[in-house]
Amino acid sequence: MTHPPDPGPAPVLALKGVSKSFGAVHALRDVCLELLPGEVHALAGENGAGKSTLIKTLAGVHRPDAGQVLLDGEPVVFHGPGDARDAGIAVIYQEPTLFPDLSIAENIFMGRQPKRALGRIDHRATRAATAALMKRLGVGLDPGRPARGLSIADQQIVEIAKALSFDARVLIMDEPTAALTGSEVARLFGVVRTLSAQGAAVLFVSHRLDEIFQICRRVTTLRDGARIADEPLAGMTEDDLVRRMVGRDLAALYPKQDATPGEVALSVRRLTREGVFTDVSFEVRRGEIVGLAGLVGAGRTEVARAVFGVDRWDAGEVEVVGRRLPRGAPSTAMAAGLALVPEDRRAQGLVMGMSIERNIGLTGLRTTVTAGLVDRRAERSRSLDWAVRLQVKYARIADAVSTLSGGNQQKVVLAKWLATGPKVLIVDEPTRGIDVGTKAEVHRLLSRLAAEGVAVLMISSDLPEILGMADRVLVMHEGRLTADIPRARATEESVMAAATGRAAV
Amino acid sequence: MPDSLTRAVRWDTVVGALLLALLLSFGCVDGFGNALNLSFLLGNTLPIALIALPMTLLVVAGEIDLSVASTAGLSGAVLGRLWNEGLAIETIIPLCLLLGLACGLLNGLLVTRLGLPSLAVTIGTLAAYRGIAQIVLGSDAVTDFPARYLDFASGRVGGSFLPQAFLPFLALLALAVVVLHATPFGRSLFAVGASEEAARFAGIRVKRTKLALFACSGFMSALTGVFWALHYASARYDNATGLELSVVAAVLLGGIDFDGGRGTLGGALAGVFLLGALQNVMSLVNVSAQSQTVVTGVLLVVSVLGPRAARQIGGVRRSV
Repeated sequence: MTHPPDPGPAPVLALKGVSKSFGAVHALRDVCLELLPGEVHALAGENGAGKSTLIKTLAGVHRPDAGQVLLDGEPVVFHGPGDARDAGIAVIYQEPTLFPDLSIAENIFMGRQPKRALGRIDHRATRAATAALMKRLGVGLDPGRPARGLSIADQQIVEIAKALSFDARVLIMDEPTAALTGSEVARLFGVVRTLSAQGAAVLFVSHRLDEIFQICRRVTTLRDGARIADEPLAGMTEDDLVRRMVGRDLAALYPKQDATPGEVALSVRRLTREGVFTDVSFEVRRGEIVGLAGLVGAGRTEVARAVFGVDRWDAGEVEVVGRRLPRGAPSTAMAAGLALVPEDRRAQGLVMGMSIERNIGLTGLRTTVTAGLVDRRAERSRSLDWAVRLQVKYARIADAVSTLSGGNQQKVVLAKWLATGPKVLIVDEPTRGIDVGTKAEVHRLLSRLAAEGVAVLMISSDLPEILGMADRVLVMHEGRLTADIPRARATEESVMAAATGRAAV
Repeated sequence: MPDSLTRAVRWDTVVGALLLALLLSFGCVDGFGNALNLSFLLGNTLPIALIALPMTLLVVAGEIDLSVASTAGLSGAVLGRLWNEGLAIETIIPLCLLLGLACGLLNGLLVTRLGLPSLAVTIGTLAAYRGIAQIVLGSDAVTDFPARYLDFASGRVGGSFLPQAFLPFLALLALAVVVLHATPFGRSLFAVGASEEAARFAGIRVKRTKLALFACSGFMSALTGVFWALHYASARYDNATGLELSVVAAVLLGGIDFDGGRGTLGGALAGVFLLGALQNVMSLVNVSAQSQTVVTGVLLVVSVLGPRAARQIGGVRRSV
């Protein structure tokens, strides 16, 4: 990696005293930021701290109410994202949007393909240019391959290549790793390091603190729209960073209480769904938090979906507190005491246009009933009760759930399921994309539920979360269960070895 | 935006106000306000209203049934044919209703079991059911139904303008309102329509729910077919042709979101009678049937645009 020469190069892109308000909300207050060539700069802060607004200001989506955007030291005004792109600023979002049926090369040069005579697209030149970009990034993606079926990590690399084809000098990465597994993150980081070595300025946003420490040199921390600190990461600890973000000492991020496992609550025996997962057997006891780790695509979510009944299984059996479940019947599973907090809260966990009250009420349609009719008063008090218990931050319980922040939406999903009084709770990526403060709250909640005797199965791609919270770690690899590791012996190494199929424990 | 203002620009409120304005202003149209015309209006609107009940539930759940008019036609044709065969009308009517139920179930099974889009399935059965109706009855028109039934279907309550058949409709309406807005089943329709996947993850039996709705739609269409044949004292294979256009237009005009998940039966009902009143007034001032169809078509487009515009004015904060 090349280090910028002292006394320091001039910033490529900078914000000077930028403020931005939406109605009464001050999203940004007098914020300064300097992005230097060849430096990976972290942007940290809880949800709602103003990170998105800052990114959108740099990307030309928002125009600051006060203050300046400086490009190479000169004030500029971006009238739209096109202006920012032309100035060499590229934003890579969490979930790239490629055209699935077009090739990688066509995606990168969409709308500006090299032309031959009569305006025909020069496919050979398009591919050659793409291959050159891939070479610069040091990755071996085939330019002719369709985008369909690419992993999210590869899709992001395509987006980065596209940014490079626009001669981007500033790369803004908004939670690029939220949906990636460990090895994919490593690959992406390789690309980021290559780019910064070539002199690009990178702004990196992530909720995973370990990643910030891995790849970034400096960090700017936002809290409530104001810049709290801009400092080098060397010498800082994760706790220091969290303290800056939340403005107070955070109780431990992984407040796992000791629990004594009781009788078996969930028993899965030889469960198989052809082509998806094979011969999966495990038990979860009352009071136990069992982590289910593995790479994305290993079949963890699919097992959870089948157990809950959203998908069918081909062979095997599932028992909840001694009761055999029929396949493909979520309502029966619910009645037996099973709850599933699904991985995609926007599509699966919530009906986004519905109110908080009705979303929580959805799982109670059979219980809050008087004489066959929905008892609205009971529904409201049930929803209010759980929204308050989980400290959901909302204006009115009748507001659409889509108006809440991601962390609060996740709390509504949890409320919706805890309101059913589950005996077995399956949570799939319970803290993906939510801020540190809420994350700790969710962990405390899971720990308390286990202590109260609920059997918890926690699927997570966040390894520290699995290691910090689970009494026992199950690991899946390519559709099979490859390890069952007790807490005492669970380490990043042992879990990753099983997840990548290198060793069976 | 304050609550009251948000409510004021709700689409079904708009329709209600519009309806009121129409009734008042068209009171000035010659012959609109008299009892005979009002009973015509209600009687002619009743088929639309009857089918609009299940259609509202279907559209809220994110589906549609375009075969309703053909099912009504088939039911009427079977009514005529069996009457010609000499069966008792008390036997025929239940058979017609069962047939409608079967037609609806077939639609529902094609949609839920094979996963086909309801728009495509019911356009197919729209043609198929009408074709069967023609096979059943040919080009005959059966008119000699028992006077008691004809009288009921076209008679009025006492000396008032209210058609007798309006009373059972009110009972069905009340039932539908309760089902959609107060039962767990109805509540789940909104979730299914807004996000089928989230509904499934909440333990709602999406397929079973939809199957029930299609069956209900077939049943009500058949009932409408029977009413139609008796009301106009004529069972023909082409009875109620094109009625699906009016029903869908009325329901969408009433603020039921075509994308599912939003709407009230009150709104749908306002849409139905707004359309009915318009058609009635157009007939009174001698607008041709073709032009009336044009107006219905335009209303259909406007009604898809309208709720979106109203929602934008009302702000996105409103939830279902």
